Formats: sequence, C-alpha cells, structure tokens
Amino acid sequence: MELFRSTNIDWLGKKWYFLGFSLIFSVAGILSLLFWHHLPLGVDFKGGTQIRVEFAQTPNEAHIRQAMDRAGLHDATIQRISDPSGHAANKVIIALPQSSATDAAHDAGRQSVENALLANYHDSTPSIEQVEIVGPTAGKQLQKQAFLATIYSLIGMLVYLWFRFELIYGVAAVVAVFHDTLITIGAFSLTNQEITLTVIAAILTLIGYSMNDTIVVFDRIRENLALSRRESLAYVVNRSINQTLSRTVISSGLTFLTVLSLYLFGGEVLHGFSFALVVGILIGTYSSIAVAAPMLVAYQEWRAKRGKTATLPAGKKAKA
Amino acid sequence: MGKNLAGKTASIIAVLVIFFYGIFFGFNAPKMGSLKTLITNNINLGLDLKGGTHLVLEVHVAEAIASAVDRDAARLETDLQKAGITGATVGRSDPAHPQTIVVSGIPAGKLGDVRNVVQGVDYANYEVTTAPDGSLMLTMKQAAVRDLSARTLDTSIETIRERIDKLGVAEPVIQKYGLGENQILVELPGVSDPARVEEVIQSTAKLEIHAVVGGPWGTEQDALQANNGVIPPDSMLVRGSGSAGAPEQVWLLKRVSEVEGTDFRDAQPSQDQNGRPNIRFTLTTEAGDRFYKYTSEHSANTATPGSMAIVLDNKVREVAGIQSAIRDSGEITGGFTQQQANDLSLMLRTGALPASISYLETRVVGPSLGAASIRQGVIAAVAGMLAVMLFMLVYYRGAGINANLALILNLVILLGFMGFTGATLTLPGIAGVILTIGMGVDSNVLIFERIREELRAGKTAAAAVQQGFAHAWVTIIDTHVTTIVSAAILFLFGTGPVRGFALTLVFGLLANLFTAVFVSRVIFDSHLQKKERGAPLSI
Repeated sequence: MELFRSTNIDWLGKKWYFLGFSLIFSVAGILSLLFWHHLPLGVDFKGGTQIRVEFAQTPNEAHIRQAMDRAGLHDATIQRISDPSGHAANKVIIALPQSSATDAAHDAGRQSVENALLANYHDSTPSIEQVEIVGPTAGKQLQKQAFLATIYSLIGMLVYLWFRFELIYGVAAVVAVFHDTLITIGAFSLTNQEITLTVIAAILTLIGYSMNDTIVVFDRIRENLALSRRESLAYVVNRSINQTLSRTVISSGLTFLTVLSLYLFGGEVLHGFSFALVVGILIGTYSSIAVAAPMLVAYQEWRAKRGKTATLPAGKKAKA
Repeated sequence: MGKNLAGKTASIIAVLVIFFYGIFFGFNAPKMGSLKTLITNNINLGLDLKGGTHLVLEVHVAEAIASAVDRDAARLETDLQKAGITGATVGRSDPAHPQTIVVSGIPAGKLGDVRNVVQGVDYANYEVTTAPDGSLMLTMKQAAVRDLSARTLDTSIETIRERIDKLGVAEPVIQKYGLGENQILVELPGVSDPARVEEVIQSTAKLEIHAVVGGPWGTEQDALQANNGVIPPDSMLVRGSGSAGAPEQVWLLKRVSEVEGTDFRDAQPSQDQNGRPNIRFTLTTEAGDRFYKYTSEHSANTATPGSMAIVLDNKVREVAGIQSAIRDSGEITGGFTQQQANDLSLMLRTGALPASISYLETRVVGPSLGAASIRQGVIAAVAGMLAVMLFMLVYYRGAGINANLALILNLVILLGFMGFTGATLTLPGIAGVILTIGMGVDSNVLIFERIREELRAGKTAAAAVQQGFAHAWVTIIDTHVTTIVSAAILFLFGTGPVRGFALTLVFGLLANLFTAVFVSRVIFDSHLQKKERGAPLSI
C-alpha cells in the first residue's frame, strides 16, 4: 500500500494562504491571552490549594458550594471532573486561591475544606484523592524554571542546527517552533484549560517533535541542494517537501494516533498533557511545511534583492 | 556478510536477555513470583502512580545566620568587658544588615584595644572595617555565610530524616531540592496524611528558653510605652499566650537564649501532678552547667528572682518563675494534648532544627488515584501501540514486521533500563513511553520511505536497503539529538514528574537508535540473504 506516491504540490505558491492561516490562529491566541481568558495558569504556577475529592454518589455541586460557603470558603471554585471520553465521574476538584502573600498558613486551606466536607457528608464519607498546595514562592520559582527551560532548549536546538546546517536554518526552525508554542498556548487560553507543570512538559515535547519534522525537510533540502545547484531554491524546497510528504503524513499520523489514544484513554489526570500534544503535533507538522521552509526561500530572496549571493548555502555536507 | 550477521544477531539476543533480566530482577536478587509483581517490584514507581506525600520546604537559613551573629555579638560584649573596655556599645544583627555587628561609642584612645579583641581568633569569620563616625563594623565573610548556610541545610536534612524515620515510613526521600540553597524535598510513599507529617517535621522547628526581662503587656504599643519607647538592644519583644486559650500577650525577653533545641539530651512525654500532658527533658552537661549558673542566680529566694519563657517557633508558649536552681532536667507544661506532647518530645529527642522552616509545596496522591492512573496510562499505551503496529503491518507488509519487532524490543530495553538504574516511572513517564513509540515509528518510516524511493529509482533490493539506511541515518541522528537536547534541558530544569518524563524520553530515544537502526537493519540483511538477489522486497 502506498499513499502519496509522487505528489507535485506547489507548497510555496500557497504561502500567502499559510501566512493567513498562521496569523488567524496566532492573533486569536494572542487576543485571548491579552483580553479574554489570559494565561490560565494552574495551581502549580499560580499557587493555591487544589483538592480532588471522590464521592460515593454523583455529588451535587450546589450542595458542595453551600458546604464551602458555610465554612467561610467563599472564594472556593468547584469543578466537576469528566473524562474526555465523557465518562461520568463522582469526582470534583475544589480549588482555593492563594490565601495570603506568605508561605505561612500553608495547610490551613486543605484543613478547612476537609472539615467542611466531613461536616456535610458525614454519612457517605468523601475520599480525598489528591491534594496540591503550592505556595507563592514555589509558584514563582516554577514559572521561572518553566520559562528558562523553554528558552534554553530553544537555544540548545538553535546551536545544534547552526552547527549541522547554517544559522538561517536554525533561525527558521526556531521561528516555526515559536509559532507552534504560541498557537498551542493560545489554544489553552481559548479553551480556558489550565496550564500545569505536565502541560509545560508537553509543550517542550512538542517543541522537540516539531523540530524533528522541520529537520527531516531541511535534511532533504540540504541533500537536494548539494545534488543540483542550478535549480531555483523555491523549486528545490518544493520538491523536498513533496519527497518527504509521505513520511511526514505517516509519522505524524501515527504519532497523532498514539497521542489521541492518550487523550481518550489516558484519564483526566493527563488531559491537559495530551491535549497539548494533540494540538501540538498537528500544528508542528503544519509549521515545518508552511512556516519553516518558506522562510528559507524568503531569506534567500531578501539577500538576492540586496545584491548578495543568489544561492542559499547548502550547509555543511552531511556525512552519510 | 554471513558471519558478521550471525555476530550481530547474537549481540541483539544478548541485549534482549540483559534487559529482560533488568525488567524482572533489576538490582535485586532474583526472586520468583508472578510476572506482574516482578515487574512492579523492579520498576520504581513515582508517587503519582503509587500514592504518597510530596513536600517541598524552605529552611530560613538567614535566621541561623542572624542568631550566629547574635551569639558572636554577645560574646564580643563579654570579651570587651574582660579586656577592660567599658562604654562601647555592641550592636546586634538588625534586619537590614543581619550579617554585621557594629561596635560604636568606643572611648577615645581605646580603638586599638578594641581592634586587638576583634582580630582575635574567635572573630576570624568577620571582616573588620571602620565607619566614618569611628565605630567598628564586623561583617561576616561571604565564605563563612556560605559555610553556615550549607551546614544549616545539612543539619536540617539530618534532623528531618531522623524525625521521619521515627514515623516509620518505608523508603522516604529527603534531599536538597531546586536551584536555591535552602530547599528540601521530602517524599513519603504511601503516606496520605500530610498534616501529621508537617506537624512532626515542623511544629517545634525551634525551641528555646529565654530569660524574661519584662511583661506581659496586651499589645506591642503598651510594651514600648512601658519601656519609654525603646527596646533595649539585648532584648526583643515576643508574642504568645501564657497558657492555652488565653489572649495573646507581648513579652520582653533576653535576645540570646539560655537553652536551645540542640542543648536537649532527652525528652519524654509525661504528665504533671494534675494529670495534664507535659514533657520531661534532660539537658546536655554543658548546657546543664550553664542553666544551673543562671537559675541559681535568679531563683525565687535570691536577690534577683527571675522567670523564663519557653519559646516555640518564635512564640512564647509558657512563662514560669524560677523556683529553684535547675541543673539538667526539668519539665515543660504548656497546655499540650497528649499527641502534641508525644510529637514535641520526639522533636526534642531528635534535635532541633537550626532554623525554622516553611512549606512551599504539598502534593498528596491517594493510592486509588495512583492505581487508576497506572491502569489508564497502560491502556492508552497498549491501545496506541496496537493501532500503530496494525498500521505498519498493513502499510509496509513484510517490513512492518521489522518495525514492530523493533518497537517491542525498544519497550523491553526501556523498561529493563529503568529496572537496572532504579529510575522512577511517573505518569508523565508513561506519556514519555508513548512518545518514544511515536519517535521509534518515525525512524522506521523514514527508513522505509527512503528504501521505497530507491526502489522506485530502479535500485536492487540490497542496494535500496543499503542506500535507504544510509540516507535516513543522517536525518534520524539529527532528529534524535535535537529531542535529546530538549529532554536533557527539561531534566536539568524540571522537577519531579517532569524529570521522570525527560529521563524516560532520553532512555527511550537511545534504545530507539539501537532498535530502529541496528536491529531493523540486521533483520533486513538476514532477509536479503535468504532471498535471491533481485527478488522483490516486501515493503
């Protein structure tokens, strides 16, 4: 069986559509980040208390709400958990915002929630499945760490690509990956899903994955440039994308399949993580074709206009 | 090629055997049991999978430094008196400059004498400078501050470990944490009551006995008024209630404690004559002598009777008049419950923390959630893998078998690796396994697509395989190295489950380089050897 035996699609000719598509999603994400849901940081980064409770029967949210109000916990948020597969769960997450600006009184929130539950559900004791309490210091630290980890891994990859290809390849790949990260974070903001530590891990994974896709195309461009220096860069880039298209579609499709299985069967603990990967793999595959490769051509055209060398350096020759 | 191939096949089988052994036996001595228990015994499960408590706490290192500076300042005062220098004032660590002692008001002509004292061996940790107004400033050297900080953290870890050990938790993790130098990670598998743990670790983080200078007053303003608006430099105001339930009061205490947590040799929970829980303690000989000197000078029947405050975590817990001289044993009553008295005496027995601590993070996972997560994660992994394997067989036919064998082998190596190294498998780690599957498949697809291209270009099967691997290899290396770079950075900067994820991904990718490239090639080669040259390749 073979899909895409010999495609001959003019990818670069569609660059304005791609640009429009990328702009719409990036701008929608940015607008949501700025004006709508903002950055929906989870308890990991924002600090606060989050308690996951399982009830014997399907809990009545209004009843829990009243119990919290009676205990004086008016700022508690109560959220019912549902699996992506639509599985009804007798679970809720009760969250309290950061109670004070200090790390003191760390455990007070958890105790008051537990007491309120015990007082109101004494005949069918709800069980506490998970507690997460993050103080302001830890939250700030984690924010900083996540930011640094992302920046450093981008720099690390840029340096590697610079070393293996040329600087412009590295820059194009990093821009594409930045584009993917922006759109994925935008998707979290648009759907108002919490960004937790594991989501950051997923975003870093998608950075690696999107980079993979880009490198596969770049490798082929380098190879083709070394073979035929007469053809225009645009022609070589188009041919390279077409030659690697079957691989791109199969690999991304299969990875998408595993990630989708994680999203559907992995349970709601991994919900955010797998959502980031589902979105990230789609957008990462797209960007290697629609963002990274056209940038190489745009760079070369810009250089040509300034009267510099007309051909893009093919980069260091790969050792096979 | 024949001999070579046999050697390669043998090495693959050897690797397979080694890692299978790792899955089932790991570092432990071989034990028999069901397949499942063997695997779960040898793969270290993270707290998110097996349930437990995860705490991150911060040691207030600055406090230990400030109290060291205070102690040195008190000693300097005595040393100056011994040297016959009167009139100079020794300033204690003030919050803005906690590492500096200021000697001001030095009488004319005595500067040289003071210098001689502060340049003594007792003050070697300090840098001495002269202020414009003629006073001397002793600032603790950076190296000494670093030393003291490190020691404070180490002592805290030791103390917490001893306390946790007494709780009887199996395999606790207590270690330095994060990028700073003042955080400790505590992981307690199977413990799901963080309140009890926090209390045992912290509630008496710092216990001291201070001499009472004055009080109590209702508020700090009252206290200031009673002292003409100035707190004497060797004293401090401390809040607290004399007995349980009483409204808060403010006491004026001597700044340097008479007895600190480290001075306790033993402590036992007990009951006083009224049957209320209390704690009987014994002091070390050295502290006992010191305490005897003080209490004998200030007991009820002397000219200067005094009282003492028991200060717990910078709060006055109890104030008692000194009835008679105490040498090395006494008791603390403070309206405790029996549980509190038990826990408090446990703390005193295992030594006090050198500085107080606060909690930055608490995460508790109940055992049922962990079990559900394992089940779901495994179902997702198996479902994803089956779907991928089915597709590979349909799409690449014969070569699909290569890919699937490589995939299974990859998983065996990954799990075996974890068994050998004791790396922890976390929930994101399972996700890492799923991602490894994706990357492994990608390597195979890259190779197969390339071989198909070569075949289309009219190459023979053998040449196509040769060329396909050679071309794909470059790309595979590039893609793997970039992912490993990002995973390594994730490992360096991430914590907990994220680290588990990064580690799993790195192991998985390394295993993948072996299986997708080397193993797959050997299978192709052995296949080609059986076929006649030119026969079509099933791909």
